[in-house]
Amino acid sequence: LLYIVFYGVSRLILRSYLKPPKRYWEVNAGEENGEAENTDVSPNQDNISKEQPDKIRDERRQKKKRSHGSFISGKKDPFPGEAPIPNEQLKKFQRGEKFQVVIAFRLGKVKETILRSEAASDLALKQAARYDLLLPEESGFLEGDDDEDTCTILQEDIADAVDITSGAKYFNLHLTQFGPYRLDYSRTGRHLLLGGKRGHVSCIEWQTKNLTCEINVMETIHDVKWLHSEAMFAVAQKQWLYIYDSKGIELHCIKKFNNVLRMQFLPYHFLLATASATGFLQYLDVSVGKEVSAIGTKLGRLDVMAQNPHNAIVHLGHPNGTVSLWSPNQREPLVKMLCHRGGVRSLTVDRSGTYMVTSGLDRKLKVYDIRAFKALHSYFLPAGASCLSLSQRGLLSAATGDVVQVYRDVWGGGSMSKPYMAHRVRGAVWGVDYCPFEDVLGIGHEAGFTSMIVPGAGEPNFDALDMNPYRSTKQRQEWEVKALLDKVQPELIGLDPGLLSKVDQATFEQKHKERVEALGYDPLATEKFKPRLKKRGRSSAGAVERRKKKVAHEDQKDTIRKTVEERMERENERKVKAQEQAEHGTRTALDRFKK
Amino acid sequence: MVVHVFIFKTNLNRVFFFLSKRVRMAAAAMNDVEDDDEEQLSPDDENVISASEDEEGSDDERKHAKLLEAISSLGGRRRKKHVERSEASVQVSEFSVTAGGAEEKINLCDLLGTMEKTPGAPSKTKKQLRNLQNCKETLELPLSKQQTEKIQRTVAYEKSTKEVSRWESVIIQNQKAEQLVFPLKQEPAGPKRMEQVVAGWKAQTPLEQEIFSILHSNKQPVLDPVLTPMEKAAIKAMSLEEAKIRRAELQKARALQSYYEAKAKRGKRIKSKKYHRVQKKAKQKEFLKQFDEMMKTNPTAALEELKKMELSRMEERMSLKHQNSGKWAKSRAIMAKYDESARSAMQEQLQLNKELTQKLVVPSDDEEERRAEEEANALPDFVNEAEPVPDSANPWMRGKLTSEASGPDVSDEEEEEEQEEEEEKLLREFERKRKLRRNEEDDLAPQPREERGSEWSLPASEEDDEEEDDEEEGAEVVSEFNSLFNRLMQSGRAEPQQIQAEEAELLDEGLVYVRTMDDLEALGQDEMAGPSNAVPDPHTQTPSAEATTEPPSKKKKEIDPKEVLTKEAKTITVPLVLTAVEEEEESFAEQAAIIKEAFAGDDVISDFLKDKRKQEEAGRPKVVDLTLPGWGEWGGVGLKPSRQKRRKFRLKAAAAPPRKDQKLPAVIISEKRNASIAAHQVSQLPFPFQNSAQFESCMRSPVGQTWNTQNTVKKLTAPRVVTKLGAIIQPMAKEDFLKQKKGPEAAKQGAIPLRGTRKKGKKKDSR
Repeated sequence: LLYIVFYGVSRLILRSYLKPPKRYWEVNAGEENGEAENTDVSPNQDNISKEQPDKIRDERRQKKKRSHGSFISGKKDPFPGEAPIPNEQLKKFQRGEKFQVVIAFRLGKVKETILRSEAASDLALKQAARYDLLLPEESGFLEGDDDEDTCTILQEDIADAVDITSGAKYFNLHLTQFGPYRLDYSRTGRHLLLGGKRGHVSCIEWQTKNLTCEINVMETIHDVKWLHSEAMFAVAQKQWLYIYDSKGIELHCIKKFNNVLRMQFLPYHFLLATASATGFLQYLDVSVGKEVSAIGTKLGRLDVMAQNPHNAIVHLGHPNGTVSLWSPNQREPLVKMLCHRGGVRSLTVDRSGTYMVTSGLDRKLKVYDIRAFKALHSYFLPAGASCLSLSQRGLLSAATGDVVQVYRDVWGGGSMSKPYMAHRVRGAVWGVDYCPFEDVLGIGHEAGFTSMIVPGAGEPNFDALDMNPYRSTKQRQEWEVKALLDKVQPELIGLDPGLLSKVDQATFEQKHKERVEALGYDPLATEKFKPRLKKRGRSSAGAVERRKKKVAHEDQKDTIRKTVEERMERENERKVKAQEQAEHGTRTALDRFKK
Repeated sequence: MVVHVFIFKTNLNRVFFFLSKRVRMAAAAMNDVEDDDEEQLSPDDENVISASEDEEGSDDERKHAKLLEAISSLGGRRRKKHVERSEASVQVSEFSVTAGGAEEKINLCDLLGTMEKTPGAPSKTKKQLRNLQNCKETLELPLSKQQTEKIQRTVAYEKSTKEVSRWESVIIQNQKAEQLVFPLKQEPAGPKRMEQVVAGWKAQTPLEQEIFSILHSNKQPVLDPVLTPMEKAAIKAMSLEEAKIRRAELQKARALQSYYEAKAKRGKRIKSKKYHRVQKKAKQKEFLKQFDEMMKTNPTAALEELKKMELSRMEERMSLKHQNSGKWAKSRAIMAKYDESARSAMQEQLQLNKELTQKLVVPSDDEEERRAEEEANALPDFVNEAEPVPDSANPWMRGKLTSEASGPDVSDEEEEEEQEEEEEKLLREFERKRKLRRNEEDDLAPQPREERGSEWSLPASEEDDEEEDDEEEGAEVVSEFNSLFNRLMQSGRAEPQQIQAEEAELLDEGLVYVRTMDDLEALGQDEMAGPSNAVPDPHTQTPSAEATTEPPSKKKKEIDPKEVLTKEAKTITVPLVLTAVEEEEESFAEQAAIIKEAFAGDDVISDFLKDKRKQEEAGRPKVVDLTLPGWGEWGGVGLKPSRQKRRKFRLKAAAAPPRKDQKLPAVIISEKRNASIAAHQVSQLPFPFQNSAQFESCMRSPVGQTWNTQNTVKKLTAPRVVTKLGAIIQPMAKEDFLKQKKGPEAAKQGAIPLRGTRKKGKKKDSR
């Protein structure tokens, strides 16, 4: 009965958070309250009297423009000049702080360079802000009526209410035979990879429900992951790591990677990071097929893993409640943070690399700001979350047993009290993953796979040059070449991705030490004296020692000589100075006692 | 000239004063005097010669000897010659001067003695000469060669510096310019105006000249204004309004064309046979109308059309269409025995066939008759196809009439009807279900039925209507028959309505107001895939209900907040609680206790803190103890080096900078430097920068395509020097930069206008 009431009352509303953009025909009406508008617009017109001549020139320029423009008919351009850009939009694309050029700069060359680069970045900023207009899509959301929880709305209702294509995105795959499923969506969001615990692997073009390949590897499967494109995927099987192509043909069996439990693919570095049961974190460069680094973490079984998409740092969760951050360049964790009393069950990092969400055996869900490594919120879930996943727009999905909950505003504003959506599946959840660019959450569980509609999960505006969900084969191939050319080297992975543009301010000693470490010897060290072998008994031990003694402390002697000379010089200087002072300075009665 | 030089030599030896006009005195001061003298003396030259000839005419031998002597003296080295006077005369000539012997020198006064006496000499000159005479100073010695050269060099250097420094500004400008485009002097791109091209050109070959003369004779404008005044006026005459109107017209025409094309395309794609048939019929009718008109206006064209019609008739005769030989017709034939409608349909077909194969009568004979007949034929076709059940609830019958709607009359095309009926059935079923659902809702929520109905079912059904309309027939055809249809409807309405009502009642009774699988299926037939129409899970509903009735929210605080994990947890109420948890029904306090118990053994926090302390210890710089026992004091077992000594030889390293995790108790941040990225970093500050902040600010915005718009990337990565392919790059000429100086706009020609934007930005900052 309740069900029907909801059906009647609840509505699925797609509404924009933002005000609709101002249209040109609305401006005339808005001129009365034009002042108010001017405040949030980058100051273009409001000149201060201090720059009076400049203002005049500005006006003249505008007038000139007007007379130049296509206004032969005598019409006046009501909006002269370029359209103003709202400050918020500019702020969105701001990169770093502007360098304040001091007016009294001595050297012209520096000033010139800085001004030029500032102009360039200003131009880039403005252009980017202006082109933001070309991203017209807005994300949707679910809104219940008054005192109605959105989490009580059923998937069936949503599927009924939305259009056919969106409705078809809610579906279940009943795969009870091969046990709980892990899943992974390709980066374009078109392809779905399912890996059943008992060896069942299938690739599905999930929107068209087209089965690309289906195999059974006849082994336990721990994890599955797409590589850079939908042409290849990696499967962590019982013992080794395998790579298959989209037709299910085994391409590689990588025996260097054994007992892998979890995998992450770093798309811009072409690295496949694997965490194994033996406590090894390994990186495989997929583009050349080489192992980049293998780090023994000494932290036990690694079955909780996530990557930070912002800086390609791998996060590992451990049974002692800590989360450690790793880069392939350092043998020890970059950061280690204690997050839970019990072991860490799952963790995920937000797309901007700002927030991390973890859940532990102590049934808590914690939200961390990983720039400051501080906990923002801590929640107590009645049954701890086993799987976590963050969507592109920041919706958090947490699986507790057979229920998947979706939370909104996990870090923004106050703390949340109830989920945004919830859905029950037919068995314990084994993996959750949001589909990129779609309002869909994929859930892998014991009884198969469920695709759940979560309004507002996906990024509505995709960058077709980076990831195009609608790309053709040709485009994919071209993208692949470009991506390989743009591949970021694993050495550049670090906590701060902007480090590359900074000056290395390490001391000489530090650098030298590093150099010695890298080379294995000290390139600046002087060679030890080795006495020549002489004949006729002249190379007897005593003779050799004597000869050695001759040059024994040569360099030491040199330095001593040098320092003595310096000291003498200084002494002399001091004397001369004192004498001068004595001559020039006023003589006192006591000076007569000076010798 | 040469000759009289010799003569002079003979007479006035050593007097070089008059030798030649071309011989100049070195002293510049003498210039004036000399000039004056020359003027005076030149006319007298001949006289002098003649006088000397007179004197020496007698003794030729001597003269000859002298001449020889003179000539010989010309040849080799000039020998110094003792001059002796041969005659005892005081005065040799009026200017004659003699210096006593070979050693004596001539003074200026000697030379100018006569000047005073000559009355004709200008006083000014005299004065000058007198001054000169009184002047005691001697001329300075000329500078040595080296010195003169040095002076000359310095002067030349200054001059050339001045010359070269004029280029300085241009060169600096070019160095600073973000982009240089070579050749520097470029003509503006794009097509030139005719006048510009023609201006510098002149007719040269006879052919060209001829052409030009012809053109001139015709008064064609050749040079500057290529347009004749008339043309200009014509151009001006087209005002803005006119242009706008014209543009609008063109636009409209284009739009219409595109609409028409689109429509035609759409029509072509429609697969419905009926639609095409109707279309054809309408066309035919139209055509006939036109034909009638054509008969009146253009009989020849009409004849042609007639021929075409004849052709179509032939085609019809050739084919087996309408011969009752098709599949449908055969089935009808079987039915014809029992079914009257089938029979009549067959009849109809045959009729049609006859009609088509009939020989056409020339239409001019009886126009009215034929037209009437045509209309009579046309009307029932449309009317008959309609659904036989008019219903007020049926959206097909509501509002405007659609093509399908018609009375329960006999249809003429039963094939069509059959299909139609199937569709109708489906639709009716839909409608019924919708209605049921509506009833259901009404029962649950007591709201007026009309409103709900209009909200839920109407829009959908109307949409369906429209879609069907579009597919099957153009709306315009329908409108024509609207009125006629209404008339027909009124006649045959009563009965079917009754039937329908009865039916509805029956249906209402037969079904309970519950959603069933069927219902869902029917609803989702076109919308949903298989999984959606599964029966809603029994336990998906129950927990939600339970959640609403008894929310399991009991806020719980952390039991023992230690120094590390101090954040208080907030409990979240979950509407869908785990099934397992529900059964157990534990309180949260109990749960917490269990958790505490479970983790009592492993003290995670203290372990972590220990680890952190260890790390800190490792990072701290170590103190090096260099004390050697026994040096400078007593040593031995049990003796320790003195405290003072120990202090002296203990090397303390500088304190390490504060750790990054100093204030974060639950975090260990590695202090190790990332050496691998250092290899790619800048290790020394690049040239123009003075501190790293400047450099970093310049590096902060990326240049690549991934982060910038296309335009920006183009501007940011513009090449420093651009050369035009195939163009000769001449060295910069003086005129170029002089011109540039005059016009500052020209100087910026190559540079990218980043400057302007920068200035704007700066202004904004200052505000």
